[in-house]
Formats: sequence, structure tokens, C-alpha cells
Amino acid sequence: MTEAAGHVAAGETLLAVERISLRFGGVTALNDVSFDIRRGEIRAIIGPNGAGKTSMLNVINGFYHPQRGAIRFHGENLARMNPGFAARSGIARTFQNVALFRGMTTLDNLMAGRALKMKRGLFWQLLRHGPALDEEIAHRRVVEDIIDFLEIEAIRRVPVGRLPYGLQKRVELGRALAMEPELLLLDEPMTGMNLEEKEDMCRFILEVNSQFGTTIALIEHDMGVVMDLSSRVVVLDYGRKIADDVPDAVKQDPAVIAAYLGVAG
Amino acid sequence: MHFLYLVFIDPFVQMGMAPDLLAQTLWEGLVSGVLYALIALGFVLIYKASGVFNFAQGIMVVFAALTLVGLYAAGVPALLALALTVAVMFVLAVAIERLVLRPLVNRPDIILFMATFGLTYVLVGMGELVFGGDTKQMIAKQLYLPSGAIDLAMLGGRVTLQKLDIAAAIIASVMVAALAVVFQYTRIGRALRAVADSHRAALSVGISLNQIWVIVWFAAGIVALATGIMWGARSEVSFALEVVALKALPVLILGGFTSIPGAIVGGLIVGLSEKLFELYWGPLMGGGTEAWFAYVVALIVLLFRPHGLFGEVIIERI
Repeated sequence: MTEAAGHVAAGETLLAVERISLRFGGVTALNDVSFDIRRGEIRAIIGPNGAGKTSMLNVINGFYHPQRGAIRFHGENLARMNPGFAARSGIARTFQNVALFRGMTTLDNLMAGRALKMKRGLFWQLLRHGPALDEEIAHRRVVEDIIDFLEIEAIRRVPVGRLPYGLQKRVELGRALAMEPELLLLDEPMTGMNLEEKEDMCRFILEVNSQFGTTIALIEHDMGVVMDLSSRVVVLDYGRKIADDVPDAVKQDPAVIAAYLGVAG
Repeated sequence: MHFLYLVFIDPFVQMGMAPDLLAQTLWEGLVSGVLYALIALGFVLIYKASGVFNFAQGIMVVFAALTLVGLYAAGVPALLALALTVAVMFVLAVAIERLVLRPLVNRPDIILFMATFGLTYVLVGMGELVFGGDTKQMIAKQLYLPSGAIDLAMLGGRVTLQKLDIAAAIIASVMVAALAVVFQYTRIGRALRAVADSHRAALSVGISLNQIWVIVWFAAGIVALATGIMWGARSEVSFALEVVALKALPVLILGGFTSIPGAIVGGLIVGLSEKLFELYWGPLMGGGTEAWFAYVVALIVLLFRPHGLFGEVIIERI
């Protein structure tokens, strides 16, 4: 894990999206959206269904390529991301409907998250000896720490396809953490969870942020969760940004209330 | 009654009477079983990593063997020809990734399956165009594969082991074991399995799909080359070799499409059972049972274990 980098909500900008527009044929998913994510903060992206939240996350980690706009990351200006570059430069993510390696065990799923960090060649790995073995052990140690942290020791050897949904989400978070990301993108980390599981997940997110100093951007529907966790909230509606502020201010914003309740004006 | 005797009693009496013949048959079954396993492995590799049943695997066997023999015929020394053929299989893997897989990424599996049909015809055409359609001899001796046989006096008779078969069994076993270890214990193996399970999740942790596909198709190409050399040396190199690859189908059904141990065990079961059946039960039905017996075994397995003996049971939470 990276050392705690100091938890500063008003820190420098880590990543900014600038005037992003994304269309699929005639459908505009994102329209001229700009916002920034500061180092060390928990940034929430909210909005009604179909507002473009997941599209935004997909733009940030390079699954979608916007027609217009730019992404500024580490001070570099990029017209588009691609998933490989995003992963290499420290962006990890989870998915709305859980995308795990279902046939593999929890342990192997997390080890797969170390793919980019393992350097030894195939030859040494085959021998399971010398430097490759040392490397495997070192990575195994990191992964075991994450398993301890997420309290999933009991399911280390279970193929993840067999796990209940709540645990699958936790394993997916573990795989993202195994990448030791600088920026962690979470797409609805609490959907389909009961109250207890949600509280656990909230605790993990807060601890990841405070202990490891990981910057987090998350999409969430549960308003209570968003207001508790996040330092700043950006609100999307029909692909446009309608608000961007601290949680308390967003809650009072008439445009946001209208978007959620469907009130005219 | 007499028929029941012929089916259930007589074959075993014969086995007891002539144990040397039984040993000979078991040995032959074992050798073809190992080779079936090797062919099936080519399919499993690609199926695991890209979820595609590669219809072109059979023609890849022919193409690899033809390239090797063709290069030798053109005056290239045998071992250099072997190295060049390996290079050709690598170029082929890169070309397939660039021209077929990459443009079709995220399309339904059936589209990719159809694309491998197309690939089959491209390879058939290319093979005939460059090397001609006539039958050729495998350059077994030039590749230092042994010939001749060992006669063992045992079990009150004689058991003949072809040296070529021994070499084939050893080479195939080593390749199968190496691939199994790569898949299970290395970073690349883990990445291969990851890609097999979820493309977007693999992308999100920084695994490059393109790189994995090239590796897998190259590995399948090497397996095809080994199969082509072995099988070609036992008979000859012609487009009829492609049919041998069809034998991999019952092997895959037996073992499960996703399992490397399954391919090995399935191959051995098919090899052993079809040889034994042909010798002891074949005469009852006028012989020629080797052509279909494997499919009957596969059908029976399908009835009781639809995922094969070792295949991943598909778990869906509803």
C-alpha cells in the first residue's frame, strides 16, 4: 500500500475532466461536463438513472472515448484515456454489476490485480525458484494484507462465482486495492447490499481513503451514504452537470431537488 | 445366450488368454491417447482464453506440418526449418490477432466461431497454393526422431514398441505438463484465466488482451506443430490430417472444454477405449469401430455429465 499521503480535501487537483462530450449515435450520454478530483478526497458522482454517471467513469478509465473534451491527469493533458494506460498510471476501478474472474479463487482474483507489478519472466516463474519465487511471495504478502483488511480470510480459496453478491463486491474492491491505485473509481459499491453490508463497505471506503491516502471517486444511489462519505458531490442529469459542491449545499440545491423529484423548474 | 456370452464373457477370456496382445493394445491406445490429448489441448488453450471454439485448429496442424516439410524440400536444413516454422506460427498468431480477433472484439461468440471457419479456408488455400496439395513425407529422421522398434519378451509373448511412439509419448507428455504448469502457477497463466473470465475486468487491472491472444494462439500453433510432426511421422503429411483433429471433439466433450487435466484424461480414455473396443468387440459388428466409438463414449458422458468430466460447472446466481 502507498503511504498515507495526508488527507487534504482542499489539495491539488489529481484528475480533471474538461468539457467532455460523449455521444452514441444520436444519443448524447455526456454533454460538456467538467469537474475535478483533488488528491486525497472522496468525490461522489450522483444523478438519476441514465444521467451518464457510469459513462463518466468509463471515460475516466478509457473504456469510452469522448468525442470532445480532455482529461488532465498528473498535469498531463490527454484527449482520451485507454484502459491499459489508466491501469499503469494508477487508476483502478470496480464495476456496477461486478466483473470478477468468476472461475478463479478470491486469492487468484487479487493476485491478478498485481499483474502489472510482477516483472519476472515466464522462465523464472516456471521454475518457481529464485527471484520469481521471491517476487511471488512479496506480492502474496501484499494480497494477504488486503484480504485481512477486508475481512475475507474465510473465502480465500473459494471460486468467486459461488460467493453471495455482497462478498463479490468486496472481492472486487480487494482486486482494485491490489493494484495500489492512486485513484480508485467505484461504480455503485453498495447496490444490492443489506444495511449491515453497506455499513461494512462504508467503513472500508473511509479506511482506504484515510489509511492509504487513496483518492476515491464513487457513484452511489444511496443519498445517506453519499452525504456521509464524500467531501464534494457532482450531480449529473441527462448528461449535463447541474450541481457541484459540498454535500450540504447540493442537498439544498433546487435544480438537484427538481431532477430527483421530477418537479418542473 | 451365445450373443451375451460373446459380448460380456468372451472378450475378457481372450484378454486373459493372450496378455501380451492386451499389453500391446494398451500401449497403442496410450500413444494415440497422448496425441489426442495434445490436439485437444490446442482447442482448450484458445477456448479458455477467448471463449472461442477454434475450428481452424485441425488445419493449423496441417499447415504447420506442411510448412516444415515444404521448407525442408526447398533446401533449408531440417533444424533451421523447424525454427523457421515456429517463427511462421508466431507470425500467424500475430496476424490472426490483428486481422481477426481485434476487429471482432466484444462481438458474440458465434461470430468469432464463424471467423475461425473463414480462417480454416484461408489456411487451406494458402497451404495448397504455396506447398501444393500432394502428400508428403514427414522429415522424421532429419529431426532426429528415432525409428525402428523395441521388442519386449513379456507375458508369454512379444510386445512391440515403436521408438517413434515412445518419443511421441514423451514429447507430448512434456508439452502437456508444461502448459498445465504455465496455466496454473504463473502470472501469465493467471492473466490467461482472467481474460477467459471477463474481458473488461482484465482490462481494468491492466492486462493487455491483445498480448494474451497472441500468446495463446502462438501456444496453440506450437501444439499444432508438435501434433503435425508426430502424426505426420506415423503416417504422412496431407490435408487428410485435418480429420485427426476432429477426434479432439469427443475428447473435449469427455474432459470439458475448459480443463487441461480434462483434455489429458479425455485423450487417454478415448485412445485406450477405442483400441480395446476395436480389438475385442469390433469383430462382433464387422470391425471399423474406431471411426465412431469415441463419439459413443462422448455421448454417454454427455448424458450424465453435461459439462464433461472436468469442465467448469457454470454457476449462475439468480
